[in-house]
Amino acid sequence: MSKQIYFDHNATTPVDGEVFQAMKPFLTEQWGNPSSIHWAGRGPHKAIDEARDQICEFLGCSSVELVITSSGSEGDNLAIKGVAYAKKKKGNHIITTKVEHPAVLNPCKFLEREGFKVTYLGVDKDGMLDLDELRSAITPETTLITTMFANNETGVVFPIKEIGAIAREHKITFHTDAVQSAGKIPINVADLNVDLLSISGHKLYGPKGVGALFVKRGVRIVPLIHGGHHERNRRGGTENVAGIVGLAKACEVAMRDMAGESARVAKLRDRLEKGLLEGIPALRINGKRDSRIPNTANVAFDFVEGESLLLSMDMLGIAAASGSACTSGSLESSHVLNAMGVKAELTHGSVRFSLGRSNTEEEVDYLIKEMPSIVERIRGMSPLWDTKAQKGIELDFD
Amino acid sequence: MYSEKVMDHFTNPRNVGEMDDANGVGTVGNPACGDIMKLSIKVDDNDVIKEVKFKTFGCGAAIATSSMVTELVKGKKLSEAGDISNNTVSDALDGLPAVKMHCSNLAADALQAAIDDYKKKKEAK
Repeated sequence: MSKQIYFDHNATTPVDGEVFQAMKPFLTEQWGNPSSIHWAGRGPHKAIDEARDQICEFLGCSSVELVITSSGSEGDNLAIKGVAYAKKKKGNHIITTKVEHPAVLNPCKFLEREGFKVTYLGVDKDGMLDLDELRSAITPETTLITTMFANNETGVVFPIKEIGAIAREHKITFHTDAVQSAGKIPINVADLNVDLLSISGHKLYGPKGVGALFVKRGVRIVPLIHGGHHERNRRGGTENVAGIVGLAKACEVAMRDMAGESARVAKLRDRLEKGLLEGIPALRINGKRDSRIPNTANVAFDFVEGESLLLSMDMLGIAAASGSACTSGSLESSHVLNAMGVKAELTHGSVRFSLGRSNTEEEVDYLIKEMPSIVERIRGMSPLWDTKAQKGIELDFD
Repeated sequence: MYSEKVMDHFTNPRNVGEMDDANGVGTVGNPACGDIMKLSIKVDDNDVIKEVKFKTFGCGAAIATSSMVTELVKGKKLSEAGDISNNTVSDALDGLPAVKMHCSNLAADALQAAIDDYKKKKEAK
C-alpha cells in the first residue's frame, strides 16, 4: 500500500509529537509513585499537579473538580452510575437520548436492570433534539440528564447550554459526554451549565488509556473503583502519570492551535462534501449541516453497502468508518441513523469521514477523484441500483 | 479478516449482471440486514445450468459468496446444483469470519430460490 490517508479521527488520533516528548520522562527515569513522600515520588507528584492545572484550564474548572479516568467510557460510567446511585433517595429517573455513544447507553440500560427508569429522547431527521420534548420528559423523580455534546457519527452538536439551563431550572444534575467535541470546539464548563463532563485523551492527539471527568463542586458521585485516596476518593488506583501528563499536553496544544486548526479542517470537510456531492449521484449528508463539529462528514451513499465501500477505499489506502451493520460487529446498523429515521437499507451505505491535523487538500482531492468509480463499481453489482437511469430500483421479493 | 479468495472474488467478481432470457430468478435477503442477492439462471432442456448471473447489495462476504456460487453451478445439472449449500460456498472461499456466516452467506439460498422459480415456471407450462 503506497498511500495512507486517515479520515477516521473520530475513532482515534495519533499521539502528537509534543505530547509524546512530554510523556517520555514518566515512562523512563521518572517512574516513582506520586503518592510517595520520598525523592522518587516528588517529580511525578509535581508533574501531575501541573498537568491537572493544565487540564482544568482547558475545561474551565478548578482542580478539585477534576477526576482523572482511564477513558471516555469510564468517565461516562462514573458520571451516570455515580450520580444515579448518589441521588437514589431523591429519585430514580434518568433522561438521555437515543443517539448516545454506547458508553452512555449501556450504563443507562444497566441502571434500568437495577430498577431505575430511563427516558431515551428521539431526534429529528437532522439528528437534533427537541428541547420541548426534553422539558416534558422531566418528572419529579428525574435526577440526571445525560446528553452528548457532539455526536461521534454525524458530528451534530446539541445545544448543551440550553439543556443545562433546563436542568438547572429543575435542579437536575446534567452530564455531557464531550469526547468528540474536546479539542474541536471550545469547551468551558462555566459557560455551559454542566455539572459533569467527560473527555478522552486519544480523541485529541493524546494517549489512549486516559481521560478526565469534570465534576462540579458540590455534586456527589459514588465511585466505581473503590481504593486509595486518589482523585479525592472518587477513583482509586495509582495515577497513570505519563498518561495524565500526555493528556495535559494534548489539552495545551489543542488550546493553542484550535481556532486555526478547526477553521482549516472545516474548510477541508466542506470541500470533501462538495466534491462528493458533485461527483456522485444519489448522495446525501446525514446530520444538521450548520450545527456540527468542524471535522465530521457523514455521507450516505444510497444503494451501496458500507463495508464494500470501506474495503474498496482501504485498497487505495483510504481509512474511514461506516454505519453499516457489517462493520459494527453487532449486526445492527447505526442506531444514530436509525433514530434519525434514515431508511434501513440506506443506513448501511453511510460512511463517516472524520478529518484531523494530518489531512491535506491533496488528500481530500484524491478521495474526491477516486470515490466515483468505487461507488459506480459497487452500485453496478447491486440489484437495488439502475445503472442506466442512475437511480434506485424497487425490488419485489419472493 | 477475509481470506485471499474472498478478497479476490470481491475485487474481481465473476458473472455479475442479469439476463434477459433467464428462466429462473431468485431474490433473497433483507434490506434491513444489509444483504440482498438476486441470482438469475438459464437452464437448458437437459436440466443443465448454462448461464448464471448475480447482482448483490451487501458486504465483501456477500459479494464474494455470490460470485463463488455462480462459479460452482455453471455447467452443473440441476440435481447437482441442488446439493450446494451455504457451507459449500464458504468452504470454497476458504471460510468466512464467524460473524458473517449467517448474515452474508445467502448465495446458496438465492440459488435454490432460482431453481425453485425455474421448476415452478416449467410446471406452469
